[in-house]
Formats: sequence, C-alpha cells, structure tokens
Amino acid sequence: MKKVLFFLVVVIAAAGAYFYINPNEFSRLKQWAGFEKASPTKTIRIATEGAYPPFNYIDATGQLKGFEIDLAQALCQKMQATCEIVTQDWDGLIPALLAKKFDVIMAGMSITQERLQRVDFSDKYLNTPSRFVAKKGSDFEISASGLAGKRVGVQRATIHENFLRKLFPQAEIVLYDTLDNSFLDLIGGRVDLILADSVAVNDGFLKTTNGQNYAFIGPSYTEPKDILGNGVGAAMRKGETELLKSFNEAIKAIRADGTYKTINDRYFDFDVFGQ
Amino acid sequence: MDFQLVWQYFPDLLNGAWLTIELVALSLFVGFFLAFICGLAALSRYHLLRYLAQSYMFIFRGSPLLIQIYLIYYGSSQISWIKDSFLWAILSQAYWCALIALTLNTAAYTAEIVRGAIRNIPQGAIEAGKSFGMSRWLLFRRITLPQTLRLMIPAYSNEVIQMLHASALVGAITLMDLTATAQNLISRTYASYSFYLAIAVIYLVTTYVISGIFRLLERRLYRHLRLNEA
Repeated sequence: MKKVLFFLVVVIAAAGAYFYINPNEFSRLKQWAGFEKASPTKTIRIATEGAYPPFNYIDATGQLKGFEIDLAQALCQKMQATCEIVTQDWDGLIPALLAKKFDVIMAGMSITQERLQRVDFSDKYLNTPSRFVAKKGSDFEISASGLAGKRVGVQRATIHENFLRKLFPQAEIVLYDTLDNSFLDLIGGRVDLILADSVAVNDGFLKTTNGQNYAFIGPSYTEPKDILGNGVGAAMRKGETELLKSFNEAIKAIRADGTYKTINDRYFDFDVFGQ
Repeated sequence: MDFQLVWQYFPDLLNGAWLTIELVALSLFVGFFLAFICGLAALSRYHLLRYLAQSYMFIFRGSPLLIQIYLIYYGSSQISWIKDSFLWAILSQAYWCALIALTLNTAAYTAEIVRGAIRNIPQGAIEAGKSFGMSRWLLFRRITLPQTLRLMIPAYSNEVIQMLHASALVGAITLMDLTATAQNLISRTYASYSFYLAIAVIYLVTTYVISGIFRLLERRLYRHLRLNEA
C-alpha cells in the first residue's frame, strides 16, 4: 500500500513538474478535458530548419534566430495571429507539413515546380543567387567538362542538387544532410567545391574564421528558373487558401510599410528580396 | 502505399542495400578476429593485456556508434598530423571511416560475448584435457575454441542482426546505404510512408535470412545434443 502511495505521489509530482515547465501543454490538457475553450486567436505553427544562417539558425545560447525568424514574427503581427516557431530537419519538413505537425514552412525553401506538386507557396519573400565556393586561389574551370570528376558537395534535396545534376552531370556529387556538414568536409578536403545559396555560404561560412581561406568561384546563378525556382516562399498544405491569402497580404504589407527593410538591414547590406 | 513509385526506384534501393550488406559483412568478418584476440586478452594472466582489452571494450560499448562514426569521420579531418600522414588516404574516404567504426564497434561487443563463452566452458572439459597431458595450444584448439564457438552462437546471432540495423547510421557521413538512399528518395518524392515501409521489408528479409543461417549452424553444432532420430 505504501509503495502504491509513493508511486502515485511520484507520478503526480512528475506530471506537475512537466506542466509547470510546459504551461502550453497544461492549457492543451485543460482544453482536451473540456475545462477551457480553445483560444479564439488562431495559432499558426511555423517550421524552420535552424541550420541555415543567416536565414534561420540556432545561436550560441540555443536561441532560434535569423532573418526568416524575424520575418515570421513580423508577418504574424500583421496577420494578428499568435505564432509558434519550431525546428525540423530539412528532409522532414515537407512530410511533417503534410502530416499536419505544423502549418507553414519558412526555411529558405525555393518555389519549384517539383514542390508545387505537393504544397502551395506564398509569394516569394526573398531571392538570392547560388554560387560555387572553393579554397582561395584554386583554379577550377566552372563548366560541365571543367568539373568532370571533381567532388562537389551539396545539401540533398535542394535546388542546388538538381542544378548540379542537370548542368554538371560529370561532377562527382556528394550529398549532405546539412550545409554545415558540407563545410566541414570542404575544410577537411573531402570535397573540392560546394554549391549553395550565396548568402548562406557568405554568412554561414566565408565570414567565419573557419571560412577565411575560402572564396566564391565562378558566376552567380539565378537561371534556369525551372531548376533554381522563383525565389523563396512560405510553404503550406494545399487547399489552405485563407492562410495563403493572409500570408501574401502580410508580405505585401511589410514590404510597403518598411518593416521588411528594417529586418533586412539587420542582416544584409543589400535587398535580399531580389527583383 | 505507392507501389509504382517504389518499383521505379527499386534499383536505387537495391544499390543501397548492397552497400549496407557489404559494410556489415566486412566489418563482421574483421571484427570477429579482433574480438577473439580481445576476448582472450581480457582473460589473460597479464595485467597490462587485460587492462588494455577491457578499456577498449569499455570505450566502444560505452559510447554510441553514431558518435564513434562522427569522431572518426569529422574528427580525423580536423587533426593536422593525420591529414599530413599516409592515414589520410584511408580516412579521407567516408567508406573506410564507416568500415573502421563498424568494425571496432562490433569487435568490442563480440569480445564480450567471447569472454563470456570462454568463462562458461565446463571446467571438467578443460581439466580432462589437462589430465591427458595436452599442451596449452592443443587444449585451446581441441577444447576451448570449439566450445567457445558453440556457446557464442545465440548471442552472436543477435549481434549480427543488431549490426545490420545499426549500419543505418553510416548515412550520417554521406554514404548512400539503404536508409540514406530511402531518405534521399523521400526528400525528392515526399513519399515517406512508401519508402520507409519498403526498406523495412528489405531489412526484415535480410534479418530473416541471417537468423535462418544461424539456425542451420545451431542445428549442426548442437547435433550431439539432439535425441537420436532413428
């Protein structure tokens, strides 16, 4: 009997501690039990990768930061919605969106035909070119034949992977789960070049002490549009027309009232919105 | 479940499965010999040998395989004396890093199985051998070794199956094994359910074959314990 009592006390104490740490869960429990009505202001759950500086990343103190995080908060303010921002690995973003784990993806995801078959995109909220990066002073000839047999690192399932496969089919393509891991192997010498978003490379690598011996090589790519997409937008499940409409309006609104520029200037010295 | 999609990419999955089987088979083969040396060393009369073997087993059984893979792959590329030595020719390749990590890991676990099996050999058998005046080598070859192999089987078949499943971790260092191939296909087609189910079936079939082999082996090695089927 004593043991049962002790066990019960432990369980209750653990549950109490859990709900004390996660008050959101407690209100969900109350809603579930019928003690509390779901709050009328809708909550939009936005997912990001958290490994793509300066757009979205986790800083030294463990806080989620970045241009897209600030942008998401500004958009939510415009939409008068409460937002919850969560992180999810790149590979799992679209599957988890479809599984309704969250409602929106803002993770530097380009608007491509391939993805449009599965999800809807808002209007673009940024557009930056792609570039190769290699060790300073390396003299790779950036052409289909020039990169034949060279090891090129790229984040998997990105526009950059598709771009490499189509335009540089003779290169030896090495796929990474995150961009950071590809930088590690570039430093380690396991790959010769990396193809990625120019801004992500610049802020996430070239500006850091790790990247000081590396530089862009070759031209900036924004074409062909059918591979590199039409900029980055917020992805949503198909059929969520209300949500889509409010996002598009909010994007227009923050472009017009200067909120976008304020956030832009925190991170960049040029307009990442593109043409 | 989208069978057509899975069928379309089935050759890719088979390629991945082949890499998985290759890595597991090679690491188990080398790991088995290492494990025997290590398991015997752990029971040695010499303090130093015993201490070395036991610390090796402790380290590799005490840390996650994923961390070992990361340490060997990313760690080696950050140590300059490794990068300047002949070792870099091997460690620069993800394949060899994975093979080394898997081998060292399975050897540590198998060494523990070997050690346990040797300690469980009936003392009477060893004493009988000694009373026949067998030399230490002959005693090992005729009694210790065959008994150890026999006693190891149930535990070792577990280890083999666990290695097959643990090998899914090598995808973390750019190798396109079965799991990584599926993940890559999923991130292109978003058909997570179909592909995860498909590779689960492939793992299942492989596991079934492995346990079948061990069952046959067991039947053969334990045939003296069966009643006469006359």
